[in-house]
Amino acid sequence: MISEDGGRGPRGTTGGGSSPSRDLERYAKLFASRTRVMTSSAMRDLMAITERPEVISLAGGLPDTSTFPAETLAAVMAGVAAENSARALQYGPTDGMQATRETIARVMAAEGAEVHPGEIIVTTGGQQVIDLLCKALIDPGDVIVAEGPTYPGAVPTFSSYQADVVQIGMDADGMLIDELEETLERLEREGRRPKFIYTVPTIQNPAGVTMSLPRRRRLVEVARERELIVLEDNPYGLLRYEGAPLPTLHELDGGQFVVYAGTFSKILSPGLRLGWASAPRPVLEKLNLGAQAADLCPSSFTQMFVTAYFQTGHWERYMDELRDLYRSRRDVMLDSLAAHFPPEATWTRPQGGLFVWATLPDFLDTTDLLALALSRNVAFVPGRAAYLDGRGGSAMRLNFSGSTEEDIREGIRRIGELVREQVELYGTLTGRPATSPPPAQVPATDLADVVALPRRDRDTRRQDAT
Amino acid sequence: MRVAVLMGGRSLERQVSLKSGSRVAEALAHAGHEVTGIDVGHDLVARLRACDPQIAFIALHGRDGEDGTVQELLDALGVPYTGSGPAACAMSWDKALAKHHLRSAGIPTPDARVFSETALKELGAADALADVAQSLSFPVVVKPTAQGSALGIRIAKQPSEVPGALIAAFSYGDRVLLERHVAGRDLAVSVLGGEALPVVEATPEGDVYDFEARYTIGASTFRCPADIPEATAIEAQRLAVAVFELLQLEGCARIDLLLDEAGDLWVLEANAVPGFTDTSLLPQAAEAAGISFAQLCERMLELAQGA
Repeated sequence: MISEDGGRGPRGTTGGGSSPSRDLERYAKLFASRTRVMTSSAMRDLMAITERPEVISLAGGLPDTSTFPAETLAAVMAGVAAENSARALQYGPTDGMQATRETIARVMAAEGAEVHPGEIIVTTGGQQVIDLLCKALIDPGDVIVAEGPTYPGAVPTFSSYQADVVQIGMDADGMLIDELEETLERLEREGRRPKFIYTVPTIQNPAGVTMSLPRRRRLVEVARERELIVLEDNPYGLLRYEGAPLPTLHELDGGQFVVYAGTFSKILSPGLRLGWASAPRPVLEKLNLGAQAADLCPSSFTQMFVTAYFQTGHWERYMDELRDLYRSRRDVMLDSLAAHFPPEATWTRPQGGLFVWATLPDFLDTTDLLALALSRNVAFVPGRAAYLDGRGGSAMRLNFSGSTEEDIREGIRRIGELVREQVELYGTLTGRPATSPPPAQVPATDLADVVALPRRDRDTRRQDAT
Repeated sequence: MRVAVLMGGRSLERQVSLKSGSRVAEALAHAGHEVTGIDVGHDLVARLRACDPQIAFIALHGRDGEDGTVQELLDALGVPYTGSGPAACAMSWDKALAKHHLRSAGIPTPDARVFSETALKELGAADALADVAQSLSFPVVVKPTAQGSALGIRIAKQPSEVPGALIAAFSYGDRVLLERHVAGRDLAVSVLGGEALPVVEATPEGDVYDFEARYTIGASTFRCPADIPEATAIEAQRLAVAVFELLQLEGCARIDLLLDEAGDLWVLEANAVPGFTDTSLLPQAAEAAGISFAQLCERMLELAQGA
């Protein structure tokens, strides 16, 4: 007889007559040890408030799907239904339909990569590639080397395989390869062998920086010398608003040690849940086995939709529209940051993608700041979400793709006001009042200082995987 | 009986409250009540009028639910509700105010000082900060006076950590408590209808019993009854009931205490709307006293009707 409420949370796991503590104990004993690192975080619970309509959320990673023409969707869907209804509703091959893999090869060619459709596996979103590669390579305690900050969505995946994640610093040119090599040396001395290096080299999420060509070359060499896999996650390569595209690691390596993860989420729609991996054959076979166990096959229906849509030849025009839209939103965000954030703050200037990474003075904690921001109906992702080692406490990820320009302006204004207030209060507390006026334009920041973060001691907050 | 379960809302404990509320709603529905779950928002009054409840079950944690706001509104609407009235809620919610009352009544509570943002900004209180923190001796616990679930709590181990900890705490409210740190075991005594339930001890897996440890199954180990000497348990229960009466709490409340290494008990705070989630301490304590979750919910309704 419970009347459901729009915002209701998950149902309690115990019925009315059962006993809570006995159940709790019983479940606790059943849970696998890996769930101990898959905890719910304060941050995630704070994020629950962002679902409220009055909150301007710069916390999501949502592409703007409202611009996709509904009539195109309807026409392509109708075509699939008329011509291939039975197949679209049927199971398909684990590695995906041949026509979809051919489509993917063409999309990759648009970024300059030459890949044979036989070297591709279609997956349920790009996220599944991370999961499948972990499943194929990671025993509990194995090392994954990642960027610091890393894609927050990879963190729970790494944690669920009980990986030991070692994060490498970044600057404006992406992952610091010298630090990577030093770290690999150290790991070897300690008898720990990393299984793979996870990187988003092009317009990184969350840092918004792109790995330079010399570093790309060097990374590929390092992987080859040490016979390590590199997982190149490339959701944003085609969402570049300025600057010349660089060759992918996959291209530089010739597909020997690089596993490439791609996705239709950012170039078409995340609702399709369609991504892919291109990998060396022996790895591809293991990914395939993992995929069989996970979900038998990717959705036939969405594969046929994607294949048919790309045959219409509209996609490049749609990409142009998306790039125009996001470029303009990015510019609004950068202008607003310059207008409203105090001079003590720095931020990246991404050439594409969906995110800006801002760094505040290290006495500010962005998880606490989020609580305050939510009281003023604005949200962002605290930087800790992008680290597994407790760093990122004074950083934040700001999304510009999923909000209107008006909301971006207002959201940044509100966050900026809070940051200013806190900087001022800190000045009062420490007897060093900050009296700097708002900057007139984007501060000429060395990006190297923007991304590289000081190592912070663990504070009293428990570190969490998400 | 027509029951409206109030939950969710805009507080930082929204998610926890949704868990508490849906669990309560399910139990009450199971027991045959006509239950309406309400995610508290701008349409609260309209929704209450629409379902015309005979009683409201408050499972709304944090601001609005625990500070007396929703209780005042329900009083105005003439809807009876579970738990404490507005004054008791406001007094417990404000940890500084509650502490004043505890001290006046001779109930042991760690020494503390309060700083408001106004005092720091307008009255030059920052100049006194160092001496005050020093007088409490380090480490010092820094926490917002009004916030549940351990959000915004920091332990400053040395003077240089105090400003950062204050900034963090001020993110949750405009007044902050600097409290002497008592090293010890986390105990909780729930009081139901004026009677203390068995003592629960929460042992976090990490160092501190914080938000994640509280609400993640398996992240804390709970022991109920706590493995403490009987005399200590009785004293903890006596203190809890004394706090319950002192703050004029009603229905149920959870009193949090620390048991220090010398075996002394310290009252930290009273929670007027304790959690009803799977990992919450009140349901566990009730269970240990032979009261099932369904019976606990039912008892809350009875107490609200003056039974």
